[in-house]
Amino acid sequence: MIYLELFLSFLQIGLFSIGGGYAAMPLIREQVVDLHGWLTMTQFGDIMTISEMTPGPIAINSATFVGTQVAGLPGAIVATLGCVMPSLVIVLALAFIYYRFKGLSIIRGILSGLRPAVVAMIASAGVSLILMAFWGEQSLPADLGAPDPIAMILFGAGLIVLKKQKINPICVMAGCGFLGLILYSVI
Amino acid sequence: MKPSFRKKLTLFTSTLKLSACTFGGGFVIIPLMRKRFVDQLHWIDDREMLDLVAIAQSSPGAIAVNASIIVGYHVAGVIGALISALGTVLPPLIIISVISLFYRAFRDSLFVGLIMKGMLAGVAAVICDVVLEMAIGIIKQKRMLPVMIMIGTFIANCFFKVNIAVIILCGGAVGAADMLFKNKKGKTGKQN
Repeated sequence: MIYLELFLSFLQIGLFSIGGGYAAMPLIREQVVDLHGWLTMTQFGDIMTISEMTPGPIAINSATFVGTQVAGLPGAIVATLGCVMPSLVIVLALAFIYYRFKGLSIIRGILSGLRPAVVAMIASAGVSLILMAFWGEQSLPADLGAPDPIAMILFGAGLIVLKKQKINPICVMAGCGFLGLILYSVI
Repeated sequence: MKPSFRKKLTLFTSTLKLSACTFGGGFVIIPLMRKRFVDQLHWIDDREMLDLVAIAQSSPGAIAVNASIIVGYHVAGVIGALISALGTVLPPLIIISVISLFYRAFRDSLFVGLIMKGMLAGVAAVICDVVLEMAIGIIKQKRMLPVMIMIGTFIANCFFKVNIAVIILCGGAVGAADMLFKNKKGKTGKQN
């Protein structure tokens, strides 16, 4: 029963990927390429690339892609459902606990310790994005001398517009995409 | 009060739109959600936003989906969580289903590649903007401990790639210990 297999596979991916998309990648590969052979390694590389070019979480994108390839649209829906199910159960339980007990001093203490840590983790994600945008690499490149000038201009302009105009971030992202297309094709 | 149909509809369309714009990794949904749910709709405040990111981050699954589920739960209970989960999952489901028909052409398209390159810089700017605002909020509390946690976590996560579960546990433990210590001091202070 292919639908059940898809569901259970992505249920495991959803359940064991803690900490975002890049943590999910090896899990997805294990299930989809090594264990079930639903995708070849090349196809797996393709879907990872496409995930970076389209919106949405890597795990959901992979679930949809694998599901479609293996069993059409119903397969995509079943795999996505499996992927989201653990989140739904666990996050709902935590949300319930949070809104019920957030007044307790011990919970307030835990949360006050977590807030600065969360800001730092988002900052860390921001640093990887800057490295990606300026140098095209995830980690600090050996040669810091050659950042992408167009990316730097777009980044600076975006930041200024966000600070001064209080504009919707979606507009900044779309604007940079549009300007990127023009600037990169002209220069 | 029962949340109105209108509110649920707004929840659905908001999560749908945000999810369709979450390029460049799950964290990008944070500034987008903040703009929509904190600044525009006033459904949650800034502290709740950080708390729900902490919960989303420490739970399994995608951050964007998890964060949406919590907002949905807060706005309209379990039904709200289901609505916002659906709203978040639909855009990637539809987009990838369509692209999977011609994914090689899409992957190799120069046109898409150039847009993505420009967009990446925009995404980086959006994340930096929200980090600056949030960090200033933490610094404005004028307390040493949160600032130290922030700097420590940044170094641990960015340079040493320390596991996120470890970071969450440490941050929570330090915060709890700090609160217990303060409570004790407060009590003895009253007795004197």
